[in-house]
Amino acid sequence: MAKITASVYTSHVPAIGAAMDLHKTHEDYWKPLFAGYDFSKQWMKDNKPDVVFLVYNDHATAFNLDLIPTFAIGTAAEFQPADEGWGPRPVPKVVGHPELASHIAQSVIQQDFDLTIVNKMEVDHGLTVPLSLMCGELDPVKDAWPVKVIPFAVNVVQYPVPSGKRCFALGQAIRKAVESFDEDLNVHIWGTGGMSHQLQGARAGLINREWDNQWLDQMINDPVACANTPHIDYVREAGSEGIELVMWLIARGAMADVNDGKVTGPLPKVTHRFYHVPASNTAVGHVILENA
Amino acid sequence: MALDKPYLDVPGTIIFDAEQSRKGYWLNQFCTSLMKAENRERFKANERAYLDEWPMTEEQKQAVMARDLNWCMRLGGNIYFLARIGATDGKSFQQMAGSMTGMTEEEYRAMMLAGGRSVEGNRYLGEDGDAQPHRQPQGAAGKKAGA
Repeated sequence: MAKITASVYTSHVPAIGAAMDLHKTHEDYWKPLFAGYDFSKQWMKDNKPDVVFLVYNDHATAFNLDLIPTFAIGTAAEFQPADEGWGPRPVPKVVGHPELASHIAQSVIQQDFDLTIVNKMEVDHGLTVPLSLMCGELDPVKDAWPVKVIPFAVNVVQYPVPSGKRCFALGQAIRKAVESFDEDLNVHIWGTGGMSHQLQGARAGLINREWDNQWLDQMINDPVACANTPHIDYVREAGSEGIELVMWLIARGAMADVNDGKVTGPLPKVTHRFYHVPASNTAVGHVILENA
Repeated sequence: MALDKPYLDVPGTIIFDAEQSRKGYWLNQFCTSLMKAENRERFKANERAYLDEWPMTEEQKQAVMARDLNWCMRLGGNIYFLARIGATDGKSFQQMAGSMTGMTEEEYRAMMLAGGRSVEGNRYLGEDGDAQPHRQPQGAAGKKAGA
């Protein structure tokens, strides 16, 4: 049986990818940020999953205004890094797991979540920056990502984005889907984006360290209450782009302590927790949770 | 019946909702076209001619040529789409975001290094935080305007 054993949460700021691609990680500006991921890279090596179910948002890359799916699952065999305007990131292509992805799609739709199934898609920094942070710098041709990846894109670009409650419930459905796959696979689920940031208007540059850390505490210890945070709280307290945090609740909902919408088991172990301001315009949060 | 839009009282912020998206459809799709290197070259060679290939409003074209991202957003632009213009110009997200505050690049970068913009006074319209309409533009530009 396939099993979700851990969840990873991280911001996915494009400038972090650029810093790695341009070999700037040792500059004073970036050193403290990357130091927060040293533990995580070693942990990935020691606890390498077979598959990462990677929840992220597409930034008007694969999905422009012609098509805006709320939840889209990538079932392709591979996904190329996209040209977002600066040229494609020099990272390896992303290899999928079409059998598990298709299985999850069918199971989750049967649990009443209307997913969009994507058999051809390029992936942007929302997906590749978390992979780079957790797996380190890799040669785009000679190297390969150490894990297979199922991309799961959430619309957080055009309002209204899915509610935290809906995302949390979806995470529970994904766990059921994974556990009904016969092959023995170790699966990690990642929730990415956030934390507080606003990229637009006179309020650009908003950071709310206190709110972010309270939200993290609640996400870890009282996820049901956290999932009930209304959209407007994210916008007002964490900036217009801080609303990306709803994606973390998909990963949190897939942990073993959550059953039928409630916390019924022991809370997951907090393996790692890190917070840093700034990376470009953004507060970076990062957590690793392992099932107790 | 009107839709519930609880975000209209957040200062210095335009939420990209269905209404904005409808208004900005062609503006944003023009931006999307800049993801192709050959289109970036054509746009840079003759901005006006390239823009005229798109059924955008004249005001949207003017806002793009002025590189006024706040103006673009009011006309339905979304920052992730508008970022393609910045990328074409060789600008980072930080430079683009900073340009919307009136601050210089250095001022904005220093604000971020110091921990970012505070939410105090910037939650609701009518408070007195630095993102409120009566305190624009920010930075040295604002001091000059106020003098």
